[in-house]
Amino acid sequence: MSAERSTLEKVEAGLARRRRKELLFKLTGMFATAIGVVFLGVFFATLIAKGSSSFQQTFLKLDIELSAAALAPDGELDLRYADFDALVRSALRAQLPEVSSREERRALNRLVSVGASYQLRELLAADPGLVGTTQTLWVPASSNVDMLIKGDINEQDDEALRPLSDQQIAWVRSLDEAGRVDLRFNSALFSNGDSREPELAGIKGAVMGSFYMLLVTITLSFPIGVAAAIYLEEFAPKNRWSDLIEVNINNLAAVPSIVFGLLGLAVFINWMGLPRSAALVGGLVLTLLTLPVIIIASRAAIKAVPPSIREAALGLGASRMQVVFHHVMPLAMPGMLTGAIIGMSRALGESAPLLMIGMVAFIVDVPGGFTDPATALPVQIYLWADSPERAFAERTSAAIIVLLGFLLLMNLAAVIMRKRMERKW
Amino acid sequence: MALAAFYFGRGRSLAVVGGPSHGSVLHSLPGYYGYYVAIWCALPALALLFVWMILEPRIVVAMVISELPESYRSLSAGELDLLVNNIRNLATGDVVSVEVDQALQDAAILLNGYGERSRQLLAVLSLGLAGLGGTLGWRRIRPELRARNRVENVIRWMLIAASSIAILTTIGIVLSVLLEAIRFFQKVPLTEFLFGLNWSPQTAIRADQVGSSGSFGAVPLFTGTLLITAIAMFVAVPVGLMTAIYLAEYSSARIRGIAKPLLEVLAGIPTVVYGFFAALTVAPWIRNAGESVGLTVASESALAAGLVMGIMIIPLVSSLADDAINAVPTAMRDGALALGSTRSETMTKVILPAALPGIVGGILLAVSRAIGETMIVVMAAGLAANLTANPFAAVTTVTVQIVTLLVGDQEFDSAKTLAAFALGLMLFVVTLCLNVIGLSVVRKYREQYD
Repeated sequence: MSAERSTLEKVEAGLARRRRKELLFKLTGMFATAIGVVFLGVFFATLIAKGSSSFQQTFLKLDIELSAAALAPDGELDLRYADFDALVRSALRAQLPEVSSREERRALNRLVSVGASYQLRELLAADPGLVGTTQTLWVPASSNVDMLIKGDINEQDDEALRPLSDQQIAWVRSLDEAGRVDLRFNSALFSNGDSREPELAGIKGAVMGSFYMLLVTITLSFPIGVAAAIYLEEFAPKNRWSDLIEVNINNLAAVPSIVFGLLGLAVFINWMGLPRSAALVGGLVLTLLTLPVIIIASRAAIKAVPPSIREAALGLGASRMQVVFHHVMPLAMPGMLTGAIIGMSRALGESAPLLMIGMVAFIVDVPGGFTDPATALPVQIYLWADSPERAFAERTSAAIIVLLGFLLLMNLAAVIMRKRMERKW
Repeated sequence: MALAAFYFGRGRSLAVVGGPSHGSVLHSLPGYYGYYVAIWCALPALALLFVWMILEPRIVVAMVISELPESYRSLSAGELDLLVNNIRNLATGDVVSVEVDQALQDAAILLNGYGERSRQLLAVLSLGLAGLGGTLGWRRIRPELRARNRVENVIRWMLIAASSIAILTTIGIVLSVLLEAIRFFQKVPLTEFLFGLNWSPQTAIRADQVGSSGSFGAVPLFTGTLLITAIAMFVAVPVGLMTAIYLAEYSSARIRGIAKPLLEVLAGIPTVVYGFFAALTVAPWIRNAGESVGLTVASESALAAGLVMGIMIIPLVSSLADDAINAVPTAMRDGALALGSTRSETMTKVILPAALPGIVGGILLAVSRAIGETMIVVMAAGLAANLTANPFAAVTTVTVQIVTLLVGDQEFDSAKTLAAFALGLMLFVVTLCLNVIGLSVVRKYREQYD
């Protein structure tokens, strides 16, 4: 009896300590879970705080006199050589007549983006009849003015360390008071290719590059992946060869993506002689990269089809090929498609292998085909993030928001598809 | 064309037996005869197309070169390549980097001519072959022809081909990386690469420049990679493990329903986005924090890259740990609880030891992921190959060096570019070993309790 009591005492003596430990353990777990979630919150908050401003862009309202004398001195309008810059500059000077010295003029000219003259050129290309008239236009301001208006330049800083001088800031303020400065929707971000000028840089080229690449990837990797999964799951004899393939696929899924880039560089570019930087090569590399993902997902989907369906079809005299293509595959299709979408979203976010095959080039043109030099959205993010110009930082955030938006859509599609076509056996 | 062949074949099969009503005389369904003819029509033509596309440029170039005057033909292989490039540019009307003389002009015209002729020939040949194959298949249709079996055989071979692409990819990776690496090791001895302490891959263009040899001691890269990986695992393993434990044992279903998808979002964010975050938010933050306590922190410190990488890996660790914990039979958990142990004691003394192999396997996979991770370190870690274990210093990693060596235009034979492949080989071998061990441990362990 006494021994029993002493055990009880021992247990009770240790109880408080053990409960404390238990609580501590639980709190640690909670804390750990919170870390991930909090990081996610901080991450999205910074991204949105930084990126949302770049969906707007500062524009200046200028009354530009499209004088025939300046545009077509020989009496003939040649859009390639006409000096649009001069028109924009004189329009700007007309707003601030007190500017006189050469130095000051040059400083003033830097307030407006070179995009203003492109805008004029397009305007005249669309309607040459405007020569001789005066047009009131909203033209993009330079990125430094843009940052000033958005409050990213601190006027208290040392003048030498700021991209804008006191005088330039004063000019911008006086233009602002005259109602000639406005924040408007930044359509250049979505309609332009890359550019050295932050205010003109857009993601359209990168989005199109990514689009072409994904097109190549999905047309190759989905049929091949599904075919491989069908063979491995339904036909392959259980021998060492199929074991080898299985181990191989699992390992390929875990090979660092940059190694696939090396493969692409050595095989597709050096050996096969395909063009560098092309969406085609990028798509091929991403195909190899996503293939294991799709095969694994498709196999799981095929496995989930109950054997009774196969047996019923076989019993009615269908050949094994007919069983697979007429019965198993349609039933496994939702799972396969979900796998394909997940593979595609991985391909969309991938950038390391694309760096290897030269898709980091500075490409202004929007690619129009599979063999045009192209870049991809994640690579564009990398390029902009590396850029020393501060105005690119907010554009990087904007590009990231767009990229995450695409990924969100794809994953949403996968979830909806899974929910809709889910079937209980 | 194949489509037409399908209809012809299908129609013929019915015609042979005398109309749809007699379809049962056929060995297979009429559609299979259609497929049979279509395959006969399409396969040989496509094969020809493929072979032609691969061989054509080489043959055309060889023909053009053989027409060039003697002075050009005696050039070395590299110069000849350059010349051919110029001729090609000339032919398409692009900018040319050498003076254009008559011989080059002729060659360009010749190139265009050959290209044109080759395309015509290809069109005629492949269409002809398709027609020939189609007719051949069409004529072979008999009621007793086992069309279904033959079609299925072809499909079967296609499936096998598709599944062996995975193997081909692996072979391709090994060969391409290995061959280039061997060429690298012919220039730089293996021992220097593996044990050298100095990494400066800049080889000079002229032989008499300072530092022209370049040195390829990869040890600083390995230590840098290990340092960043260690920091990442230091974050990811405890956090991931505790998250898995909390979600599996303590949290309510509602919290689990919220936290799990959120962690999956974390896993779905592209690495380039993590890199941006590490470089522009975390790194300055760490530097400022370090300065305020009097530490000198490099702006591209290993710590920033490692921390962010650790956060990236949390979902991987936690999901693998979750699998391992769930695989432990409930009887063991119930037994421990029934003996009066608290939940934490059950966890640390019963479940974790039982789940340990699975967890270790998962950690190995996570390590391999961290070693191979590229974008975060490219954007947030430095380029300087410092041999240090100080997490506040800038280090560089294997993947960063591969990227910096290969991005941009270089000739393909220099030791510099080949070094990237040697590094790639190291990376591939190390991650492969980790993956094979990790995967087999995870799988074996799962089966043990099933």
